[in-house]
Parts: sequence; C-alpha cells; structure tokens
Amino acid sequence: MSAITLKVNGQTHKFDMDPTTPLLYVLADDLELRGAKFGCGLGQCGACTVLVKGRAIRSCITPIETVDGAEITTLEGLGTIEKPHPIQKAFIDEGAAQCGFCLNGIIMTAKAFLDKKPKASEEEIQQAMSGVLCRCFTHVRMLRAIKKAGQEMAR
Amino acid sequence: MRSPMRNKREVAGKPTLSLDAQAALERAGFSRRSFLKSTGALIVTFSIGGMLETVKAQGAFEGGVAGSPPLNELDSWIAIAGDGKVTAYTGKCELGQGITIAQAQLVAEELSVPFSYVNLIYCDTAMTPDQGVTSGSQSHPTNFNHGNLAQAAATARETLLQLASKSLGIPADQLAAEDGVISAKSDPSMKVTYGQLVGGKKFDLKLDPNANRKSPSEWTVLGKPAPRPDLPALVTGQFEFVHNVRVPGMLHGMVVRPPAVGATVVSVDESSVAGLPGVVKVVVKKNFIGVVAEKRWQAIQAANKLKVTWTPGAGLPSHADFYDFMRNQKPTRDTLLVNSNDVDQKLGEAATVVKATYHHPYQMHGSIGSSCAVADVQGDKATIWSPTQGVWHQRGTSAMILGLKPENVRIIFRRGSGCYGINGADTVTYDAALLSQAVGKPVRVQLTRKDEMAWENYGFAFVMDERAGLDAQGNIVAWDHESWSPVLGNRPGYGTPGNVITGLLAGFQPEPFRPRTPAPEPTAYTNNSNGVPSYMAGQVGGALKGTGTVKSERALMHNVASSFWTGPLRSPARLQNTFAHESFMDELAARVKADPVEYRLRHLSHSRLSDVVKAAAKTANWDPRPSPKPLKSKTGVATGRGVACVAYEGDNGFSAMVAEVEVNQDTGNISVKRVVLANDSGPISNPDGLRNQIEGGTLQGMSRALMEEVTWDDQKVTSNDWRTYRTLPLGFDIPKVEAVLLNRPDVAACGAGETAITVVAAAIGNAIFDATGARIRQVPFTPERVKAALNEVG
Repeated sequence: MSAITLKVNGQTHKFDMDPTTPLLYVLADDLELRGAKFGCGLGQCGACTVLVKGRAIRSCITPIETVDGAEITTLEGLGTIEKPHPIQKAFIDEGAAQCGFCLNGIIMTAKAFLDKKPKASEEEIQQAMSGVLCRCFTHVRMLRAIKKAGQEMAR
Repeated sequence: MRSPMRNKREVAGKPTLSLDAQAALERAGFSRRSFLKSTGALIVTFSIGGMLETVKAQGAFEGGVAGSPPLNELDSWIAIAGDGKVTAYTGKCELGQGITIAQAQLVAEELSVPFSYVNLIYCDTAMTPDQGVTSGSQSHPTNFNHGNLAQAAATARETLLQLASKSLGIPADQLAAEDGVISAKSDPSMKVTYGQLVGGKKFDLKLDPNANRKSPSEWTVLGKPAPRPDLPALVTGQFEFVHNVRVPGMLHGMVVRPPAVGATVVSVDESSVAGLPGVVKVVVKKNFIGVVAEKRWQAIQAANKLKVTWTPGAGLPSHADFYDFMRNQKPTRDTLLVNSNDVDQKLGEAATVVKATYHHPYQMHGSIGSSCAVADVQGDKATIWSPTQGVWHQRGTSAMILGLKPENVRIIFRRGSGCYGINGADTVTYDAALLSQAVGKPVRVQLTRKDEMAWENYGFAFVMDERAGLDAQGNIVAWDHESWSPVLGNRPGYGTPGNVITGLLAGFQPEPFRPRTPAPEPTAYTNNSNGVPSYMAGQVGGALKGTGTVKSERALMHNVASSFWTGPLRSPARLQNTFAHESFMDELAARVKADPVEYRLRHLSHSRLSDVVKAAAKTANWDPRPSPKPLKSKTGVATGRGVACVAYEGDNGFSAMVAEVEVNQDTGNISVKRVVLANDSGPISNPDGLRNQIEGGTLQGMSRALMEEVTWDDQKVTSNDWRTYRTLPLGFDIPKVEAVLLNRPDVAACGAGETAITVVAAAIGNAIFDATGARIRQVPFTPERVKAALNEVG
C-alpha cells in the first residue's frame, strides 16, 4: 500500500492503495467517474483514454504510482451537458454515436490532438485517430465531428 | 467519494429510470402492477427527480415481481399522467441502434402529444411487456405496424377521443387531437386535456386491432430526424452503461475460464490465493470458477494467481483445413428450402454450367467494451442489471442458473457496449449472478478481453457451393445452392442457459444437435436467412414466394456440430449466404458478358428489390458494361466497381450497394473509395437514424469483408485481442458513403439495421473482380488472398 495523490479534473484525491492499481479502476470505481471505460485492458482500443498533462494515455495500463501528483483530465473534465466542450458539442450536432461506449476514447484522443493542431487536414486527423476503435463503425460522423470541432477550436 | 456530477445524472436517464430511481423502487418493493394501480403521475415523477419522496408518499407496497404485463392490455404499454405526460413501455431496448428515439416518435405521433411529453421505459421485467429479444431487424416491424406499441398508442388516442366526446358533449368525429389536447373542430375553445380525461387512471382496455393508425401523410413527428436524447450524456461521461452501475456494498468478481476448449476442472487450489488482499471468496460450481474481491484490481490479480488443474482440451480441427473438414463432417442436419426436383436434369440440358465454392469464416461480435453485469442475489430473490437483448429470457435462465423461481428474479436492462447480436452479455449475466449468490452480496463482473473473445457465440462459418445452368442466350435456367455451417448453442431463450459458456460450465447442456438426413421435402416456403438466392422463384406448394425468375431451383443446407459457440451476429447467415449468391451472380453475368446490373434485373421478379438496384446504380452513375473492365496494367492500382443486392430474409427490407474500389496489384491491398447504398425499409420512421445504421453497417461490413476472422490452434481460440482479431480502426481510409433512402409510406415497416451490412462483401468482391479479373471467394479479402487471386488470373 502506498499514499497516492491524484489530481482529477482540478480536484485532489488522496488514496492509500496498491500503487500498481491501474488508474482506470480508481477513476471508475473509487471516484465513480463514468467517462473512461474498460474496453480491452491491454491499451489496444482507447476506451479508457484520459489526459495526463495534456497527453492522451491509456488508463487501463497506467499504474497509479506513475501519475502520482499529475494533473489528470477525464471526459467529465472537458465540459458539461449545459456547457459542452467544442468537441463534445460537435459530436452532439453531428449525431456522432451509436452505442457510445467508445466515445470517451475518441473524444479524448481527438482533444489531445486538436489542442496541438486544430487546423488539421482530414489525413492528419485519420492518422491521429488510427489507434482508436469504434465497433459500431460510426466513423463517418465522428471524423466529421472532429474536423468541425477543430475549426471551432482554431477560431 | 462521489463524482461531482452525480446530481446531474437524471438527465442521462431520460429514456428510462435512473439507477437511483430503480434502486429506490426496488427498496420500496414496487412492481409494474403497483404502478398501474397507482397513478401515471407517479411514474413520470421518477424521470424528473424527487423519486424517493414520491414513493414514500404513495405508501404502496407490493412485493415480488409479477409476470409479463399482458401484451393485449393497453395499460401494459401506455400510462398518462395528470399533467398529460406519457409513459410508454416497450420490450425493445436501445443497443445504440437508435430504436428508442424512433419508438418515442411513434408514441408521440400516434397519441398526438408533443415529443417532449413521452418518456419511454424499456426492458425491465418489473415493468415492461415481454417482446422477446431485441434482434434480427424485428423491432421496426414488431412495434411500428398494426400491433403492440403502435396499436397501443392508436388505441389510446381513439379512447381519449371517445372520452372527450362524452365530456364535451360533441361527437368524436367533430373533435381533433393535438399536443395532448382534444378540442372541437368548430370551436377550439371547447377543449379538454388528456390529463383531465385519464390522468392517473388506468385505461382498463384491450388493444383495439381496428384503432385507426395515422397515415404517413399526416405525420409531424415520425418520418423526421430527431436528435438522440442520450447523446449529451454520452459525450460528457454522464451516461450510465451497465458498466457504471454501482450498488451499495458491491464487490468485484472475475471468472476463470478453461485454458482449452472442452477442458474440465480437476482441482482448484484455493490456498494459491490465500492471504491476497481483498479476496472474499473463491467460487467453484462444477466447471464454473470465479473469484470475488473487494476491489477490481484485487479480483483480477487473484483470478490470475488462482491455481486450477484442468483436463486437456477436447482438441480442435485444423484451422488450415477447416472448410474441407466441415464439408465432410458427419452427422449433418439437412434442410431443403426449395426443391423443384428437376435441377439435375435442367443442369444436364443447359448450354453452360457454372460452379463456384465460397468460404466465410467464423467472425465475432467483438464488442468494444467487454461484457459486464451486476447482480444482487439475496436469499431467494435476485435483482440483476444486464445488457441482455432479452430481459424475460434472461429472467427465466438466470432463475435456472440460480435455482430460484423466475418471479423472484428481476432483470433490469442497462445498455452495454454495442453487441450486434449475442456477445458476452448473457453469459456475463450468469457469471455475476453465480458469484453474487455465492457471497450474498452485490457483485459486478466485467470479462477480460480474452474471455470475451475466446468464448463468445461466433457468427457462423460457412462453406457454400453454387451451381447454375445457363441457356444459349445466357439466361439462368437452373440454380443449385448447397451450404455447410456449424452450430453449437444459441441465444439461451427462456430455458437453455447451456447455450452459452457459463451455462455449460455451471452444468447445463446446450440445445442438442439433431441430425437429419435426408432433408424432408419443403412443405412451406421459407427464405431461411437468405439460404434461397434472390434469383430463385421460390416455388413451394404451387405458389411463387421468391423474388426471382429461376424456377428450376434447389437450396439445401447442412448444419454440423461446431467446436465453438455460435449464435446470431448481425445479419446471421444472411450475410454469408448473400456473399455467395451475389458473388456468384456476378460470375454468371461475367460468363455471358452481361452488365451485372442488367443481368440482375433480368432475373428479378420483385419490384422493391429491382427498385433498390436501379436506385443504387443511378446514384452511382453506373456505367453499363460487362465485368471485368479491360485491364491496362498488371501492376499498380486498378479501379473497379461492383454491385450486390438483397431482399433481407426475403421480405424484411431491401438494399443494393455499388462499391468502387482501388486494388493495389503489387501489395494486394484493397481501398474502398465510394459506396452507394440504396435502402427500402418501408416507411421511414427516422431518416437520420436510418442513415446512421446504413453508414455503420457499411463500414462494419467492410471490416468483416477485409479483415475479420476467428483463428485457433489445436486447443484454443488464438484470436483473443485486437492484435490477433483485426478490425478497421477509426483512422482508416474511409470511403464516401452515400445512402439513398427509398421511402415507402404505404407498405409495412421492415427491418433497417442489417440490410446494408449484408451486401458489402459481395459488392467489394465484385468490384475487385471488375478492376482486375481476379475473383476472391473467401472472406476476409486479406492482401495475401487478393495476391493469390491475382496470380491465378496470371
């Protein structure tokens, strides 16, 4: 057991737990956050993606000891139903979902990318999203939404 | 520690009760029946907060779970509150396919209430009628034609008009219903609201099969795009999937599956996990093994460390020779779908006979989130949150697994990861139930990626032989189709939990394989998962029930026993059969140097199927000519176009696709550049939802056609993660997808979720042929197979 401090969406939480615990389980079970999800547990699909210091990481394979004290942003930290982030709003406007389980990974991966390069080309967006899976294959709408959000973020 | 967002979660649960409301209901012992005995207003209150207070104020208490609300009772479907708000109950659940929004549109339309008044509650055995399983493109036909939810709403509107007539003293035909208010056509100031007429009271009426449905020409809500109400919650991380269900005192369970197919437990060494932190219990029931711990990470570690001795596996057929193995497997169960008894004779007389064999692998549902369920089994009662497609089926089989009475088991649907058929949803529900029962506390189980993929009920592998006879003019005069496909298990239904892995491990048997050779002659026509090609006349008992012109016809299917679990995967067997039929039709057209579109139309007798073919060709700017097109170079990129069509299950939706592809002849890589999909699902309830299904179905079909295949060694499945079971990621080169929607207001509603995916593999395969002259007869079209086919052309 170790003392671990997680700064999630601007709030500080202190834990005394197994330091090898994957970050995802702390977010989902201890903090009861619903954004990051267990998809594969292997870092292959992206459903568990969160931002650590602005970088997209796979929380299912990230032991909490490696993010002790770091600023972590989850999907909940981007925006709210009342005030959605431009990416979230673009997904709503484009109706870019079917089951919605993968959305966390899609949106968080897009966020990390668009923060650096909002005016990306379609090819660059596709490249950035090449490690994320959506098995309902809502790809057409999702990529449209990401492009639209980038244009909004660049303004 | 609580999420700061927690108090906003009711928004997420708009189409159904929030978890908190469900839990409160449970604590209060409420059942569907007591809702109806009390007031509609009460029900509506749940969805907008204040839940606990409302329940207490009612003071009603009725223990136990009743049977399904009767499907012929209006109160089973519709409740209207004092404020006019409508609660509708349905047995067709939201899997991500968009059926809830369409059902809410339907209720608003038929009842003449604002869309915002409708709260839809779906799939909870304490409240909603049993409509079987949400599957097979059946929700649209089941609830949007003259029965069930649609007819309930129509019955309610007509009843309200009669009540208003009495109340206002004006004949019903001089009244109009709009926005939940009934007023005199001559004097709109003479009016009464739905709430005033029936608010909080039961209807106590049967569904009226003669209640008038609105004509699509009158529609103001149906037939138009409506935004999905769950989207804001989904994109902000507020939506409650079954994976997010949290119950006070909940523990975490993990299961330990056998290391090989057919392996059974010899011994379990519980001491191997003794002393590990948080471990509550090791659970063993016959061959079912699980571990329960306080935290998820503890359960995972314990499951990994638990020492179990297993027998060797039963052994598996060679993957490399599997199709030949399956073709020669005995015994078989044979089924004749059509048989004109003259096929061999006509083939003998034909000017030309063409033969081809097609292969389709086992494929998996491969849900992006591994399956999850939460069960709370206390004594002789159980409450289970499950992503099952059939809550009443799940109630019956969970009761068997637990040894409880069905009426003491409540199944509450919570959305899982998109399933596309029977993924791990049912099996993980049994896992959670067994582990919860063993510890007497609520337990959450989410499968590992490997356990999800290695043990799910795969979509069927197929070997398909096609033979056709052509006359001197190139017309098809005889067609013979014969297929082999393995089966093991299925959906569990009401009473066969052994149809999925957990049920078998816990001691239940799958439905038995029943050999039957030879097949009896068909006595009634069935298209049977498109086992009958669209071009056959489908003559059984004198009537022509097919969609084609070929009267010398035979369609014979053989099922054999499978080593792997099988079950419905989006467009089950329809997709595989259609791949063979539509590829073969292309081969026939090429043999007689006919244009593939014209050749299809020449052999179709069904106008709705012909119409989608024509519509797709028109939008795609189809260039009429035979395939393949003259090849300029045998290296570099070649382009081509292909067409395929289907009458889904013979009459439940029609689609045709034109695909344009680039074939890299050096690497064998296929790039699909453009897809046009014409679709006819009858009257369109929600065009945006339909487009979303077509876009998703098309790309999922591409992934299945180009990449997906279950693999195994001599003991176990080896495709058990996203590196070993490949799928198209979000970043692949996506084709332009153009949906052409044929709206047919005057016919019955048909299926819409599986029409597009069914034709993808054949359309792409035909386009590859058009580009290169190479015919690929085996899915998936990997670069290696494309290269091999190119080499065959020489």
